[in-house]
Amino acid sequence: MVSLFSIFILTLLLITALAIVQSRNLFVAVMLSGIFSLLIAAIFFLLDAADVALTEAAVGAGISTVLFLGALALTAEREQEPPTNRPVALVVVVMTALVLIYGTLGTPRLGDPNAPVQTHVSPWYLEQTPHYIDIPNVVTAVLGSYRGYDTLGEVFVVLTAGIGVLFLLGKPSPRGSRGPESSAEDAGLRHYLIPRLVGRLLIPFILLFGLYVQFHGEYSPGGGFQAGAIIAAAIILYALLEGEARALLVLPRWLLTGMIAGGALLYGGVGVVCLLLGGNFLDYSVLMSDPVAGQQIGLLLIEAGVGITVTGVLLSVFHAFAARGEY
Amino acid sequence: MDGLLDIVSWLLLTTGGVFVFIGGVGALRMPNLYTRMHAASITDSIGPILIIAGVMLQAGFTLPIVKLAAILLFLLLTGPTASNALASAALLAGTKPGGSKTPAGED
Amino acid sequence: MLYYAVITALLATMLLALVRAILGPSVYDRVLAVNMIGTKTVLLLAVVSFLYGRPDFLDLALAYALINFIGVLAVLEFFRSRAMREAAEAAEED
Repeated sequence: MVSLFSIFILTLLLITALAIVQSRNLFVAVMLSGIFSLLIAAIFFLLDAADVALTEAAVGAGISTVLFLGALALTAEREQEPPTNRPVALVVVVMTALVLIYGTLGTPRLGDPNAPVQTHVSPWYLEQTPHYIDIPNVVTAVLGSYRGYDTLGEVFVVLTAGIGVLFLLGKPSPRGSRGPESSAEDAGLRHYLIPRLVGRLLIPFILLFGLYVQFHGEYSPGGGFQAGAIIAAAIILYALLEGEARALLVLPRWLLTGMIAGGALLYGGVGVVCLLLGGNFLDYSVLMSDPVAGQQIGLLLIEAGVGITVTGVLLSVFHAFAARGEY
Repeated sequence: MDGLLDIVSWLLLTTGGVFVFIGGVGALRMPNLYTRMHAASITDSIGPILIIAGVMLQAGFTLPIVKLAAILLFLLLTGPTASNALASAALLAGTKPGGSKTPAGED
Repeated sequence: MLYYAVITALLATMLLALVRAILGPSVYDRVLAVNMIGTKTVLLLAVVSFLYGRPDFLDLALAYALINFIGVLAVLEFFRSRAMREAAEAAEED
């Protein structure tokens, strides 16, 4: 029965994807891609992948839509006319799709209990985690400790993306064009009293929830990426309601830049400290006298590093978009 | 007692589902933006109350009931606010209310 | 077993809202549809987490209820400032 629900949501996903591709108006495409991410999060959840669903929910529905709209404010609303060599493009896409489908014929069926990953890797993780790390959420154990290098790479990818955006959009443009906006702003915000009040009520709870997700990542779905996105969403809400200048008073640019680099530095620093204490790079067992406690402390620190970097990057990108346009 | 709880839970859940579906049909078939908003707001108010009440009966007196109460509180707080903000934005942008055929013939 | 009827209703409503998002002539219809799908997803997550017997998945529903609101407000703020800018430009040209 649950598979019927999954098939239904996948059909909705297909309809949404076709509608996104077919629409010429980019606002419509952004709205539909918000729906797309909501449906994907529901499918991840039905497949019992809670951490991924939480990350998709936190990043896709709120932050991605905001950043896409910020980018649209700087560019055009309607898509340009596509170039005329469409038959060639169609042939290339179809051939690539056929090659990919042929490639998947060699992989074991999804959920096959005799696949190598289910008979060797997963049982080892599930049996050995209580012995080595002793936290209930095995996903965090895998991504933080067993595959710590991969997560370090992911943090550096986020860092590089932030640096790239800041290179392109770093310096805010002169504020001359802001004059008529700020006087008319009071007239516009008068109609928005209710959202402002409710938003100001909610922001502390969203921040608290973000901290909860950050530190509860070892026990329930959560962790650094999700928490970073949620905390950034709270500050973005404040910026939307009270104006970007007030949000920059809360977390100024120098602090955001420090956070971008500081999170990655914390993560790498933990690895180097492990080296200096005699273990391998990112081998947290040497951090404390009890190896299990050392693993837990190491996970806490690197998740904090991930959360700090993600928050810094998302807020820097948002402020870069918001300062450049009249958004 | 357990069976009774399940039956009441099922009634609450199904009634909530019916209301949500009615709201969805309304959002699709209503002629105007504001009437669609009115229909969609059913799914934001009575729908969550019934559905989350039904799920709460299944949960028992543990932490999930507090989380469900928090979810209900936030949905009831943010749903009408989003409707208000949407209606204000549409009104400021010039979308006119009315515009369907009223019996009196006026707009 | 208990939950199948309500999950079917929620999924059907998502389909109806999706049709509204694709059809809706103005952009506000689409924002309405996105908001609807968001709140239905929150309810779906809450119900399915009990279907699977994992009540600790309710954190996702809570996160989603909060984030969905932020997304809708962001879209509306964007259109408001764009309308303000166009009104200011039109006023300057007069």
